[in-house]
Amino acid sequence: MSDRMLTMAEAVREAMGIAMEEREEVFILGEDIGIYGGAFGVTGDLYHRFGSERVLDTPISELGIVGAAVGAALSGMRPIVEIQFSDFTAQAMDQIANQAAKIHFMLGGALHVPLVLRTPQGSGTGAAAQHSQNLEPWFANVPGLKVVVPSNPADAKGLLLSAIDDPNPVIFLEHKLLYKIPGRDPVPEGAIRIPLGVSKVVRTGKDLTIVATGIMVNKSFEVAEKLAAEGISIELIDPRTISPLDTAPIFESVEKTGRLMVVQEGPSHAGYINEVIAQVSGSASFGNLIAPIKRLAGMNIPIPYAPQLEKVAVPQIADIEAAAREIVKNWR
Amino acid sequence: MTANPLLMGHPLSSPEHAKHALLYMYRIRKFEEAVEDLFGRGMMHGTMHLSIGQEAGPTGACLALQINDQITSTHRGHGHCIAKGADLTRMMAELLGKKIGYCGGRGGSMHIADAETGNLGANGVVGGGIPIAAGAALASKMRKSGTVAVSFFGDGAMNEGAFHEAANMAAIWKLPLILFCENNKYGMSSSTEKAFNLENLADRGRGYGIPGVTVDGNDVVAVYEAAEAAVARARNGEGPTLIESVTYRWKGHSRSDKNLYRTKEEIEEWKDKDPIPNFIHKVLDRGILTQEQVEEIQKISTEQIMQAVKEAAAAESATPDGLLEAVFKAVSA
Repeated sequence: MSDRMLTMAEAVREAMGIAMEEREEVFILGEDIGIYGGAFGVTGDLYHRFGSERVLDTPISELGIVGAAVGAALSGMRPIVEIQFSDFTAQAMDQIANQAAKIHFMLGGALHVPLVLRTPQGSGTGAAAQHSQNLEPWFANVPGLKVVVPSNPADAKGLLLSAIDDPNPVIFLEHKLLYKIPGRDPVPEGAIRIPLGVSKVVRTGKDLTIVATGIMVNKSFEVAEKLAAEGISIELIDPRTISPLDTAPIFESVEKTGRLMVVQEGPSHAGYINEVIAQVSGSASFGNLIAPIKRLAGMNIPIPYAPQLEKVAVPQIADIEAAAREIVKNWR
Repeated sequence: MTANPLLMGHPLSSPEHAKHALLYMYRIRKFEEAVEDLFGRGMMHGTMHLSIGQEAGPTGACLALQINDQITSTHRGHGHCIAKGADLTRMMAELLGKKIGYCGGRGGSMHIADAETGNLGANGVVGGGIPIAAGAALASKMRKSGTVAVSFFGDGAMNEGAFHEAANMAAIWKLPLILFCENNKYGMSSSTEKAFNLENLADRGRGYGIPGVTVDGNDVVAVYEAAEAAVARARNGEGPTLIESVTYRWKGHSRSDKNLYRTKEEIEEWKDKDPIPNFIHKVLDRGILTQEQVEEIQKISTEQIMQAVKEAAAAESATPDGLLEAVFKAVSA
């Protein structure tokens, strides 16, 4: 077992490098990903390793970039698109939602689009409303897109390698606050793949099930460790792929704990996490619940700028901790 | 019925080429007349966008293409599909919602693609296919496959950001792309006069540092010659060309169109410029084909379309089985 600790940026870069070494069809395109190394430094030295054709700097043309990736994917290539901030996918939404997502189904299966779109999302950088959104539900609501939300470097590497192998379009949402911090677990060497569509039980427990994605997994983990000292035992589940969604471990966990809390960074209204609640509500595990389901999500507001305002817009560790304690203490 | 093998070359270069050009223009015309008839009789579902009057564009352009050259098409795409060599029965079957249709009934008129003939698909979004064609051209360049990509789009699409972004990327990377604008004078009801402050839409080419040429889109010979030059340039690594093929759609935009935005006189004026007799005069004048041969081709095309309608109508209807499984391509182990 390797004990290599990498940041998420390093793990994502490593996965792309491995994929590019494995298959010559794999290439990366996006804004400032070449010599600059990417706005968040994710592509780093790949330009020097693979050259300007395979690490292709593009003009500022998000719609054109994704469209070109769709066309290249239809023509035998395996493009990895980097969109500098997930917010800018709005510029490219026709190619993502109307073209890439639908081509295989709509065209009768004659063609398919093996494309990965990586993009940083999330708040916490003081970049305000157009650079801070969590857009998981936008993509999860489009049939034909697979949506991956890694919460740690090891998962990011393994999931990205599987995403690049996948014959379908995959949206890969990386939380920008996770880029520079090492994960809790080491990152294995080599081309270790983690299949898409498999939820991970991050931590086992018996009093409360928490389902969270991305950075909320890390925040919830901290809370679980802290509350363990108080005798509250939390089981934490990270779906990792929110589309398709692997619900079985969630149902099993709820049957065991009888309490469910879901945590999401994005606004609560029509959020992705509501799907988890709906699935549990319609499953046999619902009968095991002894407490109302608790939902912690972002406020229904654009992300504000000032740090004291930005903080209240999305769930923080203290919010998760208070909610977890309350649900376990109040419902016995 | 299987698609005819594609022929390349100047439409006036031999009787065979002239026959091919004429046959394909007739096929497009008669396919769409059959579609209109089936709609009129309530036998076809959805909507339709007919390109009657515009047949010389796709026919002339595709005579400059090899089978593995790629195209993207539009909502008004039957002509491109046929000209690139698609099977008429499978096309008609798609429009009739049949299992053997190109999309198994899941796409309909606006989404026919044919991987075997390099057709990356019609598109329901104006301008949607242009960046995709640029990507196909990028793949060709990266893989050194020697193919070119042609994106067909209408005048309306030239005011979409997708056109701008794709044209610019193709220009800076010198991609083997042909931007083929079918200027049929109207984006639904908006005339080019209302939507552009330009006499020739091809002038936009200068803004991207690429050649822009305007041709008579009702002259299959002129279209071929422009396309052939653009394809040669693309294959030679010199980059994209914008072709503006000026034409006219005789029919309304779609079923809902009451033609309130143009006059009967204008429509009649353009019907006098019908691309099919235009070409017939040329081949008869030059003695490339005889009157009898021309009539024979017309007859064959009619039979081919009737056969396609017959086979498609008799085919099994698409069923909802497997719809969920069709969303994603299965991941191979």
